[in-house]
Amino acid sequence: MSLQFLLDGLIAGAMIGLGAIGVTLTYSILRFSNFAHGDFMAWGAYAALAVVGAIGGSLPMAPLSFGWPLVLAMIVAMGLTALLALGLDWVLFARLRARGQSIIVVMASFGASMALRSLLEFMFTSRPTYFSRAIQIAQPVGLGIRVTADQVALLLLTLALVIGMHLFMQRSQRGREMRAYSQNPALARVVGIDVAKVVRATWIIGAALACASGVMVGVLVQIRPLMGLDLLLPIFAAAILGGIGSVPGAVLGGLIIGLSEAAAVQFVGAEWRAAVAFVILMAVLLVRPMGLFGVAER
Amino acid sequence: MIDLLGYGAFFLSTALIFGLVTLGLNLQWGLTGLFNVGIAGFVAIGAYSSAILTTPDTADRIGGFGWPILAGWGAAALITAAAAAFTGYATLRLKSDYLAITTFGVAVVVQLVALNAQGLTGGPFGVAFIPRPFAGVQDQSVLFNFANVAVIAAVTLAVYLALERLSRSPWGRVLRALREDERAAIALGKSAQSYRIQAFAVGGAVMGLAGAVQAHFIGFIAPENYLPTLTFQVWAMLMVGGSGSNRGALLGAIVVWAIWVGSGSFTAAIVPADLQARAASLQIVAIGVMLCLILLWRPQGFFGSGRRTK
Repeated sequence: MSLQFLLDGLIAGAMIGLGAIGVTLTYSILRFSNFAHGDFMAWGAYAALAVVGAIGGSLPMAPLSFGWPLVLAMIVAMGLTALLALGLDWVLFARLRARGQSIIVVMASFGASMALRSLLEFMFTSRPTYFSRAIQIAQPVGLGIRVTADQVALLLLTLALVIGMHLFMQRSQRGREMRAYSQNPALARVVGIDVAKVVRATWIIGAALACASGVMVGVLVQIRPLMGLDLLLPIFAAAILGGIGSVPGAVLGGLIIGLSEAAAVQFVGAEWRAAVAFVILMAVLLVRPMGLFGVAER
Repeated sequence: MIDLLGYGAFFLSTALIFGLVTLGLNLQWGLTGLFNVGIAGFVAIGAYSSAILTTPDTADRIGGFGWPILAGWGAAALITAAAAAFTGYATLRLKSDYLAITTFGVAVVVQLVALNAQGLTGGPFGVAFIPRPFAGVQDQSVLFNFANVAVIAAVTLAVYLALERLSRSPWGRVLRALREDERAAIALGKSAQSYRIQAFAVGGAVMGLAGAVQAHFIGFIAPENYLPTLTFQVWAMLMVGGSGSNRGALLGAIVVWAIWVGSGSFTAAIVPADLQARAASLQIVAIGVMLCLILLWRPQGFFGSGRRTK
């Protein structure tokens, strides 16, 4: 038996985990499950693709399939995706949130997700595209596992982003404010936390991480308008499995789902991969709805 | 002229089937406030249930039960109700968003089963030779279309009257009370979870019935009939019609379906063939934007009574 599926699962889990951080923060701070989050990933990936195209060609950095233009493009695209999220919040979500019915906001995110996704299909067609068509040779690293330079680089990037996010949430003033607001909005207002800034930070972080995750999917797999929709269920499942509001929980949930999916591909059959997230989701909801690191609703 | 009449009957049949689904959604969302994002999945469960139970024996697929059509419809409603009840049971004691996420998952999994469980659903090729009502007059297309639209209209009318009655009954009053003020209703001794599961199951049954009726009307089903676009369309129909009103749900279904078909054939006529796929995605963008605009500006819909107190 090959242990390759462990590495595949780890990488899939990293992408799911990055997406789940945004979902879990939106849910715990803005109090709604954002169905458009997957489309932030797709828009981020296409934004990076457009920026790479604008910068023009350059040689890839030795073992990697991409060069500095993609690194630069990803940073620009993270900003653009954050702008998209902020714009959507300004036009749509903030107005509906002010009316106080959270489920209406969920519905709006559902409509927005459909519009965003189909707009991508309109602009770029549904045909998949790639950052690079070069073929990478996977190097054996023992135990029958092979890994490409891209995979190592992106795993390290995920690790850096997750550690950075964790430090930000735990140590920085804004991070503390975000946690305080998610635990008790009324009390947070009373002690003078600027809610508008908390909301803005939530969208920027969520969208930027979604973009990073989308670019990763683009580098390692492919870019399609539906890529976000396909990852939406694993992302939600990861956020709920980890416990809503918990950043480490979202990442751990992502890894568990990614590894389970890879195991399902190995032992059951690749066609059932997408069902794994649903099975885990149902199990969590029936057995431990607060998730691994969640706190019971007060 | 005869062709036009036949087409009109065909259009009305499809619109009324959409109307049935919208009626089911109206019970779940309009009356009870339950957010279902997996409509396509529940419609598919109904369609496949009835198709499997009524089709003749096929070599590489379970089947050959040969049930009469009406029995298939009944079974479709029951099976879909059971699936909806289980979904509700797992999620309705939790936060309301969890139901939305789970129904989304149901649609994904149903699509997956439809595509991959070849022994049950026929896989990507779907189920063919589903018995059609009035198959005896199939070659006289006008008569056939009119007989079908009559049956579908009868089913729709029956469901409409039943739902109207239900929503005026004490049971419907409890649902409205739960939607408007959950604490007050609970204080009166009504179990919020149990009533919501019931409403979700009954709404699911109507969706399953609609799926079954459509399967027998077309005579053939395949996984790509039940993509998320279907869910979006039904939501647009309910929002246009005005959630909370059964009449609005039916009107919304007919209006949105007319706009959808009309804009579809309009783009097909003026857009060159190689750009048609792109034009079709613009159609979906338009529905998504419309959904958001209605939520922002006219949450009660265009035909709704607007008497929602919240």
